[in-house]
Amino acid sequence: MDPAIVCTNLTKSYGPKGNLTPALRGIDLEVKAGELFMLVGPSGCGKTTLISVIAGILNHDEGTCRIFSRDLDAMDDGDRTEFRGKNVGFVFQAYNLIPTLTTTENTSIPLILNGVPRAEANERSREMLRQVGLGSKLDTLPTELSGGQQQRVAIARALVHNPRLIVCDEPTSALDHTTGSEIMELFRHEALKGGRTLVIVTHDARIFQYADRIGVMDDGRITRIVNSPSEL
Amino acid sequence: MLIGNKGKFFAMIFGVALTSLIITQQSSIFVGLMSRTVGFIFDTPLPDLWVMDPKVQFVDDIKPMQDTKLLQVRGVQGVEWAVPLYKGSIRARLANGTFQTCNVIGLDDATLVGGPPTMVSGRVADLRLADSVIVDEAAAQGKLAKPGPTPQSPKTPLKIGDLLELNDNRAVVVGIARTTRTFQSQPIVYTTYSRATRFAPRERKLLSFILAKVKPGEDFTEVARRINGQTGLAAYTAPQLKGLTIRYFMKNTGIPINFGIAVGLGFLVGVAIVGQTFYSFITDNMRYLGILKAMGAKNNVLFTMIILQTFLVGALGSGIGMGIASLTSIISKNSELAFYMPWQIPVVTVLATTLITLLTTIFSLWKVIRLEPGIVFRG
Ligand SMILES: Nc1ncnc2c1ncn2[C@@H]1O[C@H](COP(=O)(O)OP(=O)(O)OP(=O)(O)O)[C@@H](O)[C@H]1O
Ligand SMILES: [Mg+2]
Repeated sequence: MDPAIVCTNLTKSYGPKGNLTPALRGIDLEVKAGELFMLVGPSGCGKTTLISVIAGILNHDEGTCRIFSRDLDAMDDGDRTEFRGKNVGFVFQAYNLIPTLTTTENTSIPLILNGVPRAEANERSREMLRQVGLGSKLDTLPTELSGGQQQRVAIARALVHNPRLIVCDEPTSALDHTTGSEIMELFRHEALKGGRTLVIVTHDARIFQYADRIGVMDDGRITRIVNSPSEL
Repeated sequence: MLIGNKGKFFAMIFGVALTSLIITQQSSIFVGLMSRTVGFIFDTPLPDLWVMDPKVQFVDDIKPMQDTKLLQVRGVQGVEWAVPLYKGSIRARLANGTFQTCNVIGLDDATLVGGPPTMVSGRVADLRLADSVIVDEAAAQGKLAKPGPTPQSPKTPLKIGDLLELNDNRAVVVGIARTTRTFQSQPIVYTTYSRATRFAPRERKLLSFILAKVKPGEDFTEVARRINGQTGLAAYTAPQLKGLTIRYFMKNTGIPINFGIAVGLGFLVGVAIVGQTFYSFITDNMRYLGILKAMGAKNNVLFTMIILQTFLVGALGSGIGMGIASLTSIISKNSELAFYMPWQIPVVTVLATTLITLLTTIFSLWKVIRLEPGIVFRG
């Protein structure tokens, strides 16, 4: 099977010309389809920048990045947006649920953006919410949920339209240890179904054990890739 | 799918409502005042042409003509009939000895053309009785009403049979008429042409207007041109005379400027409130718009959301504003307030609020086009 992500000599700098801050200094990375890949490293080493490029929400400078053999850089804004809508699910540290919508409505957003009729979207969302253990909170507003529950809604939202890639930035950092482990169990059991690929950026050493492989970043480069946390 | 903040949503509606209220209200009062300047023309619908001295600038600007001009106008080809009209200020002495200037209208003795539009009591034909006059309802109850024994005691409205003294001449009230309010709000007293000219201070020329009817099939402008050519007088249709009068008031009084400033301020207030709330609303929601964009919402989806929201605000706001303005109009119907709302005013108000809405929408869309979905991963 083709790899899910192939990055070669990827660079990215922020800021105005003449005062550039390099964030990625030449990334070479291959993530296999169906694996749970973690990116770890000190603060400011470029983890968020890298998954933003991988997810197609940030343009890089040099090098190439192919997602499922597609070069997002070559697409226009509209095509790239459509590609994300079909192929990528997002999970954030701050959950980022829309506060005025119920859990079902929040979960339905990716389906509705993909043109699924509202009734069917809501039905599929409820089913998804049951799978992540929120069958009793289908019509609740996000503000009435705990952090772990909100993250479950976010995971349901990321999975509901069946994307091939899920990107997560610090999904457990705002949660306590037990809740964080539960969320990771959920990722392993639900998110990886059907050969889906997961890229998770994290600081949280307690969850390293859930990774298939771990990429260690430092100052804009991937310095090592290990198969288990014991090798770190 | 509205990303909502109730407080800001209502602030925006309030801003648009305030704007459309000020715009509607001020322009209605403006139009009301302006239509008062031509109230007399409204009340005299019968003639096709108003003939007068060419130097007349507006309907209350009386430049009397010689009586012989009437015969000349009657002789112009295409004129079916022509009658004299006196319009002038005459002082009335009230029972308590105070004076009140009245606007006296003298109608052709034979036909009484140009008479009051609606009678409240009495008959126009009674003007043929000796010394008779008809006064307008507002004056009968107000400025011409009989004062009580002390200044505080209520006035007794003038009624049929009461006497008035016009420039030392005896006059008997034979009717009360309802007239369109005029700009000066002076009492209006109708009588016959010959009696009016007897009441009026002695002058060589007393003929204020000649009201003419054009023969069927003749062209108004053509006949007006002929009258001008043969008599040297100016002849206007009612709309032309209204236009002349309104233009005069626009040019020579501060009224349009004052109202223009109020309407302009209303618009600015609206743009400021709505623009400002919308700006912070969009900025606050940038993160959510970014998330939607990251999850595959194309620009046109985000545009639709924003446009739906702004136009909902625009529609609700202008609806409320114009609703309040119309309510004022209903309440003020029988008051001194000049308030007249022709259909053009709501149309202009809707255009103005649409403009505000459009400006804020375009601004928001511009922010959305530049939206980087990358912001979603930043803390
Ligand atoms: N929008 C931006 N403008 C300018 N510089 C930026 C921007 N985003 C990130 N940077 C810089 O790029 C570098 C990498 O940032 P990035 O957010 O990718 O790091 P990170 O590994 O995710 O850090 P953390 O663990 O703290 O989230 C940092 O030096 C950061 O200051
Ligand atoms: Mg980060």
